[in-house]
Amino acid sequence: MSKAVEIRDLRISFATDAGDVTAVDGVSLDVAGGEVLAIVGESGSGKTVTAKSILKLLPSTASTRGAVVLNGTDVVPLTGDRLRAVRGADAAMVFQEPSTALNPVYTVGWQLAEGLRAHGKYTKQQARAKAIEMLDRVGIPDPEQRIDHYPHQFSGGQKQRIVIAMALVLDPEVIIADEPTTALDVTVQAEILDLLRRCRDEFGAAIVLITHNMGVVADLADRVAVMYEGRIVEQADAVTLFASPQHEYTKRLLGSVPRIGTSLKEPWVATDDAAVVEARGLVIEYPGRFGRAGFRAVDGVDLAIAPGEVLGLVGESGSGKTTIGRAIAGLTRISDGSLSVLGHEMLGYRERDFRPLRKRIGFVFQDPATSFNPKLTIAEAVAEPFVVHGEAENASDAKTRVQELLEAVQLPRAFGERFPHELSGGQRQRASLARAIALRPPLLIADEPTSALDVSVQARVLELFAELQREFGFASLFISHDLAVVDLLADRIAVLYRGRLVEQGTGAEVLGAPKHPYTQRLLASLPVPDPIEQAERREQLRALRALPTPAADG
Amino acid sequence: MAEPRAKRSLASRLPVISHIRQSSGLQRGMLVAGTIITLAFVLVALLAPLIAPYHYNENRDADGPFPTQEAPNAEHLWGTTVGGYDVLSRVIWGTQTALLVVIIAIALSIVIGVLLGLVSGYLGGWIDRVLVVIADAIYPFPTLLLAIVTSIVLAGGRSTLWSGILAAAVAITVIFIPQYYRVIRAEAVRLKSEAFVESARVLGTSTGRILFVHVLRNSTRSIPLILTLNASEAILTLAGLGFLGFGISPTTAAEWGYDLNRALADTASGIWWTGVFPGAAIVLLVLGLTLMGESLNDIADPKLRLRRRRKGTDLPAVQGGAA
Repeated sequence: MSKAVEIRDLRISFATDAGDVTAVDGVSLDVAGGEVLAIVGESGSGKTVTAKSILKLLPSTASTRGAVVLNGTDVVPLTGDRLRAVRGADAAMVFQEPSTALNPVYTVGWQLAEGLRAHGKYTKQQARAKAIEMLDRVGIPDPEQRIDHYPHQFSGGQKQRIVIAMALVLDPEVIIADEPTTALDVTVQAEILDLLRRCRDEFGAAIVLITHNMGVVADLADRVAVMYEGRIVEQADAVTLFASPQHEYTKRLLGSVPRIGTSLKEPWVATDDAAVVEARGLVIEYPGRFGRAGFRAVDGVDLAIAPGEVLGLVGESGSGKTTIGRAIAGLTRISDGSLSVLGHEMLGYRERDFRPLRKRIGFVFQDPATSFNPKLTIAEAVAEPFVVHGEAENASDAKTRVQELLEAVQLPRAFGERFPHELSGGQRQRASLARAIALRPPLLIADEPTSALDVSVQARVLELFAELQREFGFASLFISHDLAVVDLLADRIAVLYRGRLVEQGTGAEVLGAPKHPYTQRLLASLPVPDPIEQAERREQLRALRALPTPAADG
Repeated sequence: MAEPRAKRSLASRLPVISHIRQSSGLQRGMLVAGTIITLAFVLVALLAPLIAPYHYNENRDADGPFPTQEAPNAEHLWGTTVGGYDVLSRVIWGTQTALLVVIIAIALSIVIGVLLGLVSGYLGGWIDRVLVVIADAIYPFPTLLLAIVTSIVLAGGRSTLWSGILAAAVAITVIFIPQYYRVIRAEAVRLKSEAFVESARVLGTSTGRILFVHVLRNSTRSIPLILTLNASEAILTLAGLGFLGFGISPTTAAEWGYDLNRALADTASGIWWTGVFPGAAIVLLVLGLTLMGESLNDIADPKLRLRRRRKGTDLPAVQGGAA
């Protein structure tokens, strides 16, 4: 088989304020025609930079050495028109976030034709016919009408299909897919992975897949390259890699992928105490603009969290899971029904009455990078709860307690002196946990606390969470889109679909024998990190898809 | 993991100094030149009583009145004006007036603009709407016209040293408040939905504490640039006021714009020294401040900032460039 891409001894460094930083250090890779090569590694491992160098899509601060041979030409020394001729025609790119990869002010047909116009002469009719054909082939229904629609008129999954169509339009040898499914829900992810598989089978394109999700790798990749600190530490075909990883880092990476059916938490013992959170017919609406009807994000949800219990809330984006968490924390007002938090009714409450209760609620945010004030040191940020609630005059007053907290979340004491940007994502999320449990709240809300973290870091933070829960015994609402993560920690799992609660029960009940068709589909869409098992699951999912779309109120 | 963190000294964290450390190439040259010019003017202003040969309203000495409109000579290095004042002394003392007005004007507009912007952006609601409309209403006025009206209202045209300086400063302040207000308001609106502000709200932090500890401290990054650019605009506005006769009277302080106005008639008769020196002073100070502001602007933006490459790594390396 011919080689589509040949990378030889690639070294890329970036000029930064702190001097040159080497991102890629002597990488050699081959991509054969019609094969899917997955490059995996944690953030900062150089996987994106390596893949982007194939298209020479690097910022001006980068300097490149080595050779990247694409279809017989070395792209490293190319500039200007010759580089432009290679881009799109020989290699194309599929970006992570489909909503930002499309220009919102042009129709999708125009954007598809843009690629054709850049590489040859097409009449308007020809370009349009070609664009319609491409939309049809990537599975957009009614392509003749949809071609004149704007990006916002498509769903996230459809937008990613259009981005893939744009990459395919010039029939490139190689498609570089940079985390193509990270921004999508699991059910949509499965569909996009199917489409990428078709790109290889029907269009014969080689795919360089960059991802941190081992399940996606198992589902799609033929061969896997594992990158760590700018170097390739292991290369093997997918089945071999998952069955017998050689390198220490690969073993660790595969070991930290959460799997359904394992639990970190000791079983919770029911008590007769009143529930910490109790919702009855909870409705939350966002007001509409200019007389349009409001958007009902949460619609008639009943749930309860008992003291010391961890309730896992699962659902895809837009299902209302974050809205429920924010309502419990008093960040969003509820519209109807009843929500009782620590005995306080949240329907039409006054901020002044609720403020004293806030010290009894902890909150861990999704993105540890933004949940700390960049101008405060970690110690100052962790001391904020004490200062705000009058338990300490200032940060230095609370020093001993802050140090105890940092120890509880396994951060060295010296880290208190640092500023948030000097910590890694996992360390920041530990500090975030320390801040949330500072006042020993009986209730902790964790909104996707690990979804911004690498898999190996995620595993350690989840362990810490389970440990803290055991030690402090707080009740918790744990929000996540990842069924496997929720299964690790939750006593009970509640599944949200379009604002409604479709199923709840213990982990074994919900994940072992899902009743609602949506839960079944969600479970089947979750790729497992094992290529052979995943192939079987793919067949099951295909069978499920043949069934009608689940209704929200089943 | 717990390696000691290199503490940055206070000096290296000050705005301009930290920028110089980060900069390189042309940007560094611009910044250093601008800083040197500005510092030179500050020194001249501070030492005016020592280095100026005469007082700004001195037009006679023990030997009787100075000659009027005399060309530069040993006694009067830059010549004398039509009123018999020494040009060199008036330019030196003028530096003091100019910088005083700029400092007062900018201090006032920063305090008021930042406070209004914070409250308006974070709280929103009707306060925000009213303030935005007022700020918008000030924009379409020509700045000089606005300054003239304010100065007439405050001082009835012209007056003594302090009321004159204050009137000029307040007139300039009115123009600048909307700029600071707009910038800080935009930052406050952005920061309001940041997770760390929400996490402060979840903790039950009072609104005042959120505003000053969390929002204000993170919204000031673009102030040094607006400040230097505004300073140069303030100098021009002050000179414009003086030139039009709404500034400070010659007996209470030296002011370059007023001197330029008086020199207007001299140009026809070939007397260049009365106009060139105050004019050059205005150009130089504005140039210094603008160089500083523009290069700060570029250096603060990581995408515009030029970086030095480590020696030895630029051998056969090819610069990657996104076309």
